[in-house]
Amino acid sequence: MTLNNFLILAAFLFCTGLYGVLARKNAVLVLMSIELMLNAVNINLVAFSAFRANVTGQVFSLFIITIAAAEVGVGLAIVLLIYRNSRSVDLDQADQLKG
Amino acid sequence: MPFVLSTMVAQTVAFWILAVAMAVAAIGVVRSQNVVHAALYLVVVLAGAAAQYILLVAEFVAWVQVLIYIGAIVILFLFGIMLTRAPMKPDGPLDNNQRFAAGVVSLFLFGVLTALLVDAYGNDQVKPTAKLLAAGSPANIADSMFRNYLVPFEVVSMLLLAALVGAVVIARRD
Amino acid sequence: MLDNAWIIPAIPALSFFLILFFGKRIPTKGAAIGITALGTSFVLSCVAVYQWIDRVESATGGKSEGLRALGRSLIVHSGESKPVVEPVLHHITWWSNSGIDFGVGIRMDGLAVMMCFVVTLISLLVHIYSTAYLHNDTRYTHYYAMLSLFSAAMLTLVVADNTLQVLLGWEGVGLCSFALIGHWWEEGANSKAALKAFLTTRTGDIGLLIGITVLFWAAGSFDIGKINAYALSPRADHGMLLVAASCLMVAIIGKSGQFPLHTWLPDAMAGPTPVSALIHAATMVVAGVYLAARLYPVFWNGFSIGHGGVNFMVLIGGITIIIGALLAFVQDDIKKVLAYSTISQLGYMVMALGSGAWVAAVFHLFTHAFFKALLFLGAGSVSHSGSHHSFDMKKDMGGLRKFMPITFWTFIVGTLALAGIFPFAGFWSKDEILLTAGKSGYTFFVVVGLIGAFLTAAYMTRCVYLTFFGEYRGHGHPHESEPVITVPLIILSVFAVLAGFLNAAAVHVEKFADWVEPRVSFPVLVHPAFDYPTAIISLSIACIGIGVAAFFFFKREELGALNGLTERNKVARAGYNFLVNKYYLDVLYENVIVASIRGGIARGCYWFNQNVIDAVVNGTAKGVRVTGQWTYDFVDRKVVDGAANGTAEVTGESGGLLRYFQAGRVQRYALYMFAVVGLLALLLLIANI
Repeated sequence: MTLNNFLILAAFLFCTGLYGVLARKNAVLVLMSIELMLNAVNINLVAFSAFRANVTGQVFSLFIITIAAAEVGVGLAIVLLIYRNSRSVDLDQADQLKG
Repeated sequence: MPFVLSTMVAQTVAFWILAVAMAVAAIGVVRSQNVVHAALYLVVVLAGAAAQYILLVAEFVAWVQVLIYIGAIVILFLFGIMLTRAPMKPDGPLDNNQRFAAGVVSLFLFGVLTALLVDAYGNDQVKPTAKLLAAGSPANIADSMFRNYLVPFEVVSMLLLAALVGAVVIARRD
Repeated sequence: MLDNAWIIPAIPALSFFLILFFGKRIPTKGAAIGITALGTSFVLSCVAVYQWIDRVESATGGKSEGLRALGRSLIVHSGESKPVVEPVLHHITWWSNSGIDFGVGIRMDGLAVMMCFVVTLISLLVHIYSTAYLHNDTRYTHYYAMLSLFSAAMLTLVVADNTLQVLLGWEGVGLCSFALIGHWWEEGANSKAALKAFLTTRTGDIGLLIGITVLFWAAGSFDIGKINAYALSPRADHGMLLVAASCLMVAIIGKSGQFPLHTWLPDAMAGPTPVSALIHAATMVVAGVYLAARLYPVFWNGFSIGHGGVNFMVLIGGITIIIGALLAFVQDDIKKVLAYSTISQLGYMVMALGSGAWVAAVFHLFTHAFFKALLFLGAGSVSHSGSHHSFDMKKDMGGLRKFMPITFWTFIVGTLALAGIFPFAGFWSKDEILLTAGKSGYTFFVVVGLIGAFLTAAYMTRCVYLTFFGEYRGHGHPHESEPVITVPLIILSVFAVLAGFLNAAAVHVEKFADWVEPRVSFPVLVHPAFDYPTAIISLSIACIGIGVAAFFFFKREELGALNGLTERNKVARAGYNFLVNKYYLDVLYENVIVASIRGGIARGCYWFNQNVIDAVVNGTAKGVRVTGQWTYDFVDRKVVDGAANGTAEVTGESGGLLRYFQAGRVQRYALYMFAVVGLLALLLLIANI
C-alpha cells in the first residue's frame, strides 16, 4: 500500500474538519469537526507506525483517542452551560469577548 | 510473492472503497443541514477509520477506535445534540457567513499538504513484513506502553480523571 | 610752628565744620568763628614767618630735622655762597604700595611761610570786611563756612610737600570758588558764571593730572623735593620734563587766568566783592604761579629757561599781559577793570617765571596780593556806600572823592602801587621783573612788559577818573563806609606802600630774596644788581601812561576831534567792538566750540546711538522674536505637534481598521490563524523544494 494514500486521506479529513470548525454555527457540530481532525491525525500516526513497523505510533494514537474523549466530554459540558445561559448554541451569538 | 501481490491488490481496493466512503461522509459531516445526520455521517467516518487501521495491521487501535469513538463519543454527541436543541425552534442554517473563506482556506491547506506529502514520500510503500505483523499486537502495544511510555500513560489517566470531574462540575445544575 | 605748620590749614578746616553745624545758632551767625579761626591762623603764620627768618639768619646749615640725605647730595651749589637752609619737612604716610607712597605732609620753606602769611592776612581782612558788606545776607552763614573752607584748602596747597596734596588743595579752592561766585545763585547769570569758572579751570586741571602723573613716572615719586632734585640731576629725562612742564602750564593757564583760558575771571566778578578780593586777586588765581614757583626746576629744565629765547611759558605770560590790559580799557564795570588788571598782572608773574626771574615773580605775587585786594575792597566800599550797590562806573559813579575820602585815598595808593610808581610796592616788583628778564636774554619780553606798564597806568587812571572825579551820576546817597570796611583798606594800603621795601634792590635790601628763594634743589638764577636806567625808563613810561590818560579824561572838551571817535570811525569802531566782545573768544568758546559739540556732534552721537547701536539691539531682539515666531509656527506647530497629533491619528485610524479583526467571534480568529498557517506552510514548502 502506498503510504501517501493514507497520508493524503488523512490530509483530506483534516481539511474537511477544518472547514467544519470554521464554517459551522452550531457548537456541537464544531466539536464533531474537531473529532474529524483528530481522527485524521490518528490515521497519520498509524500509517507511519505501519510504515516504520514501530509500535510507538499506535501507542500515541491510543493516547489521542483518550484525550479526544476527555476533550469532547468537557467541551459538551461547556456547550451545555452556554445553552443553559443563553438558550442557544449559536456561536455567532457567543461574541461577548469582542473588543 | 503471489500472496503479497494478491494481498496488495486486495488491500488497495479495500483502501479505495473505504477512502471514498470516508471522504463522502466527512463532507457530509460538515455540510449536512441536519445535526443528527451530521452525527451519523461522523459514525461512518469513524468506522471507516477503524477499517483503515485494520488494513494497517493495527487491530488493537482499530478495536479501541470502535469501542471508544463510536461507542462512547458519538453517544456523547447525540446526548449533547439532544440537550441543546430547543424543542420548538426550527433548524436554521447551520453554516455561518465565512463559509466561503473557510472553504478557500481548507482547500488551500489541503493543496499545500498534498504537495508536501507528495514531495516528501513519493511512492513509499507500506511493506507487510513480519515485524509489521507483530507490531500491532496488543501484547506489543502493552509492552511499549507500560515500559517506554508509562509516564504519559499515567498522565493521560490523570487527565481523564480531571476531565471527568471537570465535566461534572461544569454541567451540574446549580 | 614750622614743625607744626599743619595746624595753620587745620584751624580753618575745623572752623568750616563748626560754622556749618553751629553757625546759624550763634549770635554773629558764624562770622565770629571764622574771624577767630583766621585770626589764629594769621598769628600762627606770623610765628612761622619769624621762625623761618630766624632759621635763615642763623644759617647754621639747617637742622637735620626732616633732612633727606638724598637732598643734601643733590644740592646745586648756590653760587653766592649762601649757606644752605633746608626746608622743614614732615610727612605722614597714609598708605604705601609697592614703592608708591601716599600721604600728607608739610614742606615749610620761605615760599610756603610767605604764602601762609599772605593768605591768612587777606583772608582775615576779608572776613572782617564781609561782616558789613554781606550784612543781612540770606546765606551769611554758608558764606563764612565757604570762606573758611577756601582758606583751609588754599593753605593745604601752600604747605604741601607732595603733588597729590597740591592737587587736593587745588581742587578744594576750585570748588570753593564755584560755591562763592554763585553765592547769589538766584540770578541766572551768577550761577552761569560760577559754572563757567569751574569748568574752565577744570579744563586746565586735566593738564595738572597728566603733569603730576608724568612727573611721577619720571621722578618716581610724588614728593616735591624729590621731583625738584630729579629735575636738576644729570639723569633727568628732558623730554618727559618738557611734557610735564607743558601739562602743568596748561593747568596754570586755567587756574591763573592766562590766555586763552582767562575768560572765566571777568565773569567771576558776579560773586560778592570780598570773594573777588580774596580769591580772584590775591590767593586762588596765584595758585598756578605758586605751583610753578614750587616745581620751578621742572619748568627750568623742561622749557630750558636758562637758555634765553622764547618758551611756552614766557610767551603765554607776555600775551596775557597785553590782552588783559587792552580789555581793561573798554569796561564800564569797575570790578571787570580790576579783573582784567589781575589777568594782566598774572601775565607778568608767569612771564617772569618763564624768563628765569623767580624772585621777581614771587615778589610781585607778594606785592600784588596787597594792592589788588586793596583795589577790590575799595571797589566794594564804593558800591556799598557810594553807588547804591552798583559797579557801573559810567552810570552810577563819579565824583565820589568828595563823599568817600578814605576809600578814595586808599584806592589812589593801590592804583599807584599797581602802576608801578616809586616808592610804592609795585614799582619794586615790576621793575625787578623787567630787569631780570632783560639780563636773562628775554629782551623782547622786556618791551612787552613796558608796554603793559603803560597800559596799566592808563586804564587805571581812566578807572579812577570815572569813579572818583567828575560829577556824581548815580541815584544813591553816597557816604563813607563804616570802619569795618575802611580799616582793612587802610591796613592794606600800608602794606602796599611798605611791602616793596623788602626787596628794594636800589638800597641793597634783598631780604625777600634771602628769605624766600629756595637753596635746596634750585637752579642757579640770574640776580641782577639794581639798574638805574631800566628803573627810570619803566618809571617814566608809567608816568607817561598816567599823564596821557589823565589828559584824555580831564581835558576832554579840548580833544573835540577825539571825542566820539569810535562812533564815527569804522576802523576805530571795529577795534572797539573787538575789544568789547573780548576778542570774540567767548563767542568762539560758547557759540562755536560748545554749540557745535552740543548741536552737531551731540546730535550726531544721538543719531548714532538711536539708529546704529539701538538698531543693533532692536534688530537682534526683533530677529529673535521673528525666529521664535517662525519656530513656533513651523517647528512647534507643524512638526512637533504634527508628530504628536499624527501619532495619535495613526493609532486611532489603525485601531479603527484593526477593530474589524476583533469581532468577538472565535471562528473568525480561527480562520485567520489557519489562513496564516497555510501561508507559512506554503512558504516553507517553496523554500525547501
